[in-house]
Amino acid sequence: MTLQEYTSSSHNFEECMKCTVCTAYCPVVPANPKYPGPKQAGPDGERLRLKDPFFFEETLKYCLNCKRCEVACPSGVKVADIIQAARIRYSKSKPKLRDRILASTDFMGTLARPFAPVVNGMTGLGATKAVLDATFAIDKHRTFPKYAFKGFESWFRKEAPDQSRFPEQVAYFHGCYVNYNFPQLGKDFVKVMNAAGIGVSLLDKEKCCGVAMISNGMIDGAKKHAAHNVAVLGKAVESGKKILTTSSTCTFTMRDEYPELLGIDNGKVRDSITLATRYLYEKIVAGEVKLPFKKDFHAKIAYHTPCHMEKLGWGVFSIGLLKMIPGIELTVLDSNCCGIAGTYGFKKENYEVSQAIGKPLFDQIARVAPDYVACDCETCKWQIEMSTGLEVRNPISVLAEALDI
Amino acid sequence: MEFDVMIIGGGLAGLTAGLALQEKGKRTAIVSAGQNALHFSSGAFGLLDREDPFGAVAELDEDHPYARIGADSLRTFAEKAKGLFARAGIELNGNPLGNGFRLTPQGALKRAWLTLPEVDLFPDEAAVKGHKVLIVNLLGYLDFNTSFLALGLEKKGCTCRVETLRLPEMERLRQNPSEMRSVNIARVMDNAWVKVAGEVKSLLKDEDWVILPQVFGLRDATVPSQIRETVPARVLFVGTMPPSVPGMRTQMQLKRAYEALGGTFLMGDEVLSAETGEARVRSVETRNIGRIGAKDFILATGSYFSKGIASDMNHVYEPLFAADVIQDEGRGSWYDPNFFNPQSFLSYGVATTPGFKVLKEGVPFENLYAAGSVLGGCRSLALGCGAGVALVTALSVAETI
Repeated sequence: MTLQEYTSSSHNFEECMKCTVCTAYCPVVPANPKYPGPKQAGPDGERLRLKDPFFFEETLKYCLNCKRCEVACPSGVKVADIIQAARIRYSKSKPKLRDRILASTDFMGTLARPFAPVVNGMTGLGATKAVLDATFAIDKHRTFPKYAFKGFESWFRKEAPDQSRFPEQVAYFHGCYVNYNFPQLGKDFVKVMNAAGIGVSLLDKEKCCGVAMISNGMIDGAKKHAAHNVAVLGKAVESGKKILTTSSTCTFTMRDEYPELLGIDNGKVRDSITLATRYLYEKIVAGEVKLPFKKDFHAKIAYHTPCHMEKLGWGVFSIGLLKMIPGIELTVLDSNCCGIAGTYGFKKENYEVSQAIGKPLFDQIARVAPDYVACDCETCKWQIEMSTGLEVRNPISVLAEALDI
Repeated sequence: MEFDVMIIGGGLAGLTAGLALQEKGKRTAIVSAGQNALHFSSGAFGLLDREDPFGAVAELDEDHPYARIGADSLRTFAEKAKGLFARAGIELNGNPLGNGFRLTPQGALKRAWLTLPEVDLFPDEAAVKGHKVLIVNLLGYLDFNTSFLALGLEKKGCTCRVETLRLPEMERLRQNPSEMRSVNIARVMDNAWVKVAGEVKSLLKDEDWVILPQVFGLRDATVPSQIRETVPARVLFVGTMPPSVPGMRTQMQLKRAYEALGGTFLMGDEVLSAETGEARVRSVETRNIGRIGAKDFILATGSYFSKGIASDMNHVYEPLFAADVIQDEGRGSWYDPNFFNPQSFLSYGVATTPGFKVLKEGVPFENLYAAGSVLGGCRSLALGCGAGVALVTALSVAETI
């Protein structure tokens, strides 16, 4: 091994100038003193880990992987990637049964959905919550997202033949949440796309994007999902279709985490994966699409930019699209992590930290007092709904409601 | 996406240009690859480290941005800068047409032009003589050196007493010494300042001055003035090691004001390439958004640290447009072996027309302007003109557009 191999690491590690700006924007540091902070956990710690893996600390698990350190870094260091890659490479801790349950979103969805009324009834019960809290360390304050009795995929099967009437076609990566928990968002998506003159098809059996597996240390599973998804996404891209999504995190994971953390080459599909809001915004601005809006629509909305949306840099598209709806009074909330970070906030040991991180956001929402909150991420939705009592809608659902059709 | 003006760089120059252009009714966007030099601010802006900054313009090199603007216009822009900040909700201290002094963390006095609200600006050096000073730090905070400060002030004929506060609110933070940083303390202090003010009040004996580190007023800009109202002595807030709390707050305030005027701030994005032709810039390509077109473009990418300027072994270059760069031939002439002497390489930067249009192979781009520390011709460290150049050139460019 050469000296170079000993001393170099990926993710722009060597560009770090130790300026500590990352630390100033980390949402975990002020809430959890056990977390060493992005600079220490990232580039500083990496320097030591390259010498000896002994220096790996399990406290890196407190990183939310929100990527705010990367957005802030003036030197282009992929701080969060360094931290997550270190967890993948060095962590000795095995995911607990609880972590496997939380991370296996599509497996659990497949199991639970046929029994949706029973499962929903049970997970909502105080007694069940107490049992989950005591036996699985899933915090009792959390409410599990409800499972839909009829999934989005089976609803869509009846719609599919009708979609071929549109000359322009896109493929939809709906994600676990739309399929198992909230098919209405998928239905809204189809309604909006059809109103824009665009037909929708699904992929040849998508799997969960794998984000929850990555954060729970189930890397082999995440790699399998990623490889499968890249293959089925590839088929859609080959047939000339863009792949649209309604979740900022699924989008970010498939575009950037696959190559950076899982080492899965997505070069052929990456640039074809985009959020539906971005796709529509660009079509409307280019004059290719004109949506008919209700004349009497009115809503006071506060838009929350999810962390992975900040990292994608695409908040401008969702915000721009919402602004096009006549009768909308829109407040863009300050950039602030809501604290849930996918499965992180569901874990009993993280509950208090999770709520402390989100507090400035919840306080601002209370001050704005909107009719509801708009947001492109399903886990932010659960967190904000639980913590503020207000409903959270995807911008695509807001659009669907405002359409005059 | 299409804008009237696309500003590359979200630091002091980019934000100032953005604010001035939005006020003129232009549709602008700022793309910012990470955070900027405001995070390392002392809390004071320098115009020119001379007793009479406007009179001294005549002595500057002809490449210096002030020499190009001229002393008269420099006065106009200097006054406008203070007004622009006031409209963004930031009341800067100081007369924009003159210099004062600020107290450094070493207990020295340095010339300063305008300062952020919590940073005192003294009219002359005599103002610091003969005071009784209580210097207060927080237990475990290493980025504020009270001994240096006391030593410097005692040289000026002050007597100093140093005290350290131990607050229960800080104990959680102290569990993690590597994160015992200005900004993290400031987050706690947005709520805990009342206690600090109370403790300081009870520590006070016959001192007429109290000095605290700049760790107050991150989200709530009124905290420093509230402390001042509580403590019956003159309270000074002195700079810490980075990140700078007043600087970071100022960045947030300017960005918010810019967005409130309708500006689009693209945080964490980066311009990868530009499409140019016939001495015009047509569009830029960013990592997150893709193509962005505009009528005019402003290069406010900063100097070496922000990668607005880069170098290899033999050349200093501007990476985005391959613009002409003012520099000396041969690496040997770039620097002085005495570290503390003015360094030539610090004056290297983009060459422009007198109106700040960027030159490439001697030909100006018709719609590309440069502002701030990307500009060549100023040894900003030696001349103390970094913030002044950023503000004044940004305003000048915004006026031209």
